[in-house]
Amino acid sequence: MQFLLAVEGAVAQGLLWAILALGSYITFRLLNFTDMTVDGSFTTGACVTAICIANGIPPIIALLISFVAGGLAGGITGFLHNKLEIPEVLAGILTQISLYSINLRILGRANQQLLQYDTIFKQVQRLFASIGLELSSDRIAIVIGLFFVILVILVLYWFFGTEIGSMIRATGNNEAMVRALGQNTEHTKFIALIIANSCIAIAGSLVGMYQGAADVGMGAGAIVIGLASIVIGEVILRRVVAFGSKMIAVVVGSVIYRIIVALVLQLGLSTNDLKLITALIVALALFLPNAVSKHNAKKARELAAKESQNA
Amino acid sequence: MLKIENLTKTFDPGTVNEKRVIDQLNLQISQGDFITVIGGNGAGKSTMLNLICGVYPADGGKIILAGSEIQDMPEHKRAKDLGRVFQDPLMGTAANMQLDENLALAFRRGKRRGLNWGILEEEREIYQKRLARLGLGLENRLSDKIGLLSGGQRQAVTLLMATLNTPKLLLLDEHTAALDPNTAEIVLDLTDQIIVEQNLTALMVTHNMQAAIDHGNRLIMMDEGKIIYDVRGAEKRNLKVEDLLRLFQELSAGGGPSDTMLG
Ligand SMILES: Nc1ncnc2c1ncn2[C@@H]1O[C@H](COP(=O)(O)OP(=O)(O)OP(=O)(O)O)[C@@H](O)[C@H]1O
Ligand SMILES: [Mg+2]
Repeated sequence: MQFLLAVEGAVAQGLLWAILALGSYITFRLLNFTDMTVDGSFTTGACVTAICIANGIPPIIALLISFVAGGLAGGITGFLHNKLEIPEVLAGILTQISLYSINLRILGRANQQLLQYDTIFKQVQRLFASIGLELSSDRIAIVIGLFFVILVILVLYWFFGTEIGSMIRATGNNEAMVRALGQNTEHTKFIALIIANSCIAIAGSLVGMYQGAADVGMGAGAIVIGLASIVIGEVILRRVVAFGSKMIAVVVGSVIYRIIVALVLQLGLSTNDLKLITALIVALALFLPNAVSKHNAKKARELAAKESQNA
Repeated sequence: MLKIENLTKTFDPGTVNEKRVIDQLNLQISQGDFITVIGGNGAGKSTMLNLICGVYPADGGKIILAGSEIQDMPEHKRAKDLGRVFQDPLMGTAANMQLDENLALAFRRGKRRGLNWGILEEEREIYQKRLARLGLGLENRLSDKIGLLSGGQRQAVTLLMATLNTPKLLLLDEHTAALDPNTAEIVLDLTDQIIVEQNLTALMVTHNMQAAIDHGNRLIMMDEGKIIYDVRGAEKRNLKVEDLLRLFQELSAGGGPSDTMLG
């Protein structure tokens, strides 16, 4: 029973963090850009929402402001890379580091409690209560997480099917071709970084409201969690090729990651061990497909050798 | 159509590797010219094409395309008027995208890209017809990922992509060099066919002397960043491979070994 409750919480977390993983998917997989902005833009999303709510701004507006703030963060990485010609990884790290100071400025201190304020979660919970449905906060988070995940997937599905969205996907494949076809690749990268970090900030905003607090350190390691979700999804749903199904795989990966975490915590490990465990999961998920294909190749060679002996 | 005046390019200036690759180059191309370009390794053929496209800026000189100076324009703006096929079959297409998606990207070369849907249903019919004319059976593979096609097929698709939206100038850089002789022949024939049908102006770099003689109406030979030989019409048609090799030895700065011309 206790474990089932833990799984419910894991699914809730998984769905909220899936929005971050979808953002990372845009940069890492579609654009083929190693964007390190993530940890910073996630925290910015949470901090902006917290300070807005604490100042009496309606939670949904706070979420929208976080969305814009995340886009700005992505835009800065794009600017550093495009205009100052800083290598992509370093450009993201510079933004991430500077966001730490900026987030402290936004919040005015290291953390901001939200327990005494209204959030989207509490509003939706009241809404359900008013029609006679008393849902636990985890279940409310699942409803809200699902809503935003579906919304984000639909918008991304549409956007990456448009002319400019197609060009962003092509930029991730072959920049020289994109320029030869008359598209400025600085623009495609800039737009993709903005969209990705807007999504990531939405995740930060929702996670902050769900936890009832924003903390300037809450984004540490977020990038690895996003990557873990992506690679777990790819390992589990290996055969999917369509863009829509790939995004669903990312969401599935995010939820499974949280269930693994819940399991590990049940086994008695502490939350302090989580970063190490996450890194192990990513390493394993990246290693497994390679190991499997190497094993298959070896099998094929052995078979071929046998056949040539028999011949 | 295209006029190049005193074009100059030096790589790694001010270092021990400093190398003047294009040296006060002049070239005038008329509408409808189909020029084959030959020359030894490192003669500057690819660099000349890259300078026309704006892959990197020239150090000096002018490039005038259809009356307007383009040497200071960024690459993606010049692309409006230029069709390009690279030597490497992987360079011209997006491997993880479908065949029809790739064509749709090319169909919009030179147009503003916005939030309209990236590919329309009626376009697919156009693509199917154009692909059928290649005679490679690709018309039934519109939703295959390009990465699944062979090098020759990809090169034929790149050629189609470069000319889908009629360019003012078509630039081909050894676009059959990575293909087996049979496929190279097919792609070369397609090139001829498309250039004639659309009445294109084209520059084609090749290491195949015979192809350089058989195709096009004009031939230029490059060496050390300059054009050392320029021939057209009947005189070109009557050339033999031996003539070209002999000319190369006579005219090139080093008087160098003519086998470098054969790549
Ligand atoms: N980006 C670059 N940086 C430095 N040197 C370069 C660069 N591109 C080309 N070069 C040098 O410029 C010279 C001319 O190169 P280019 O590629 O134009 O020759 P090419 O005529 O196309 O030869 P090939 O027949 O081998 O393709 C070569 O010596 C090459 O090493
Ligand atoms: Mg070359």
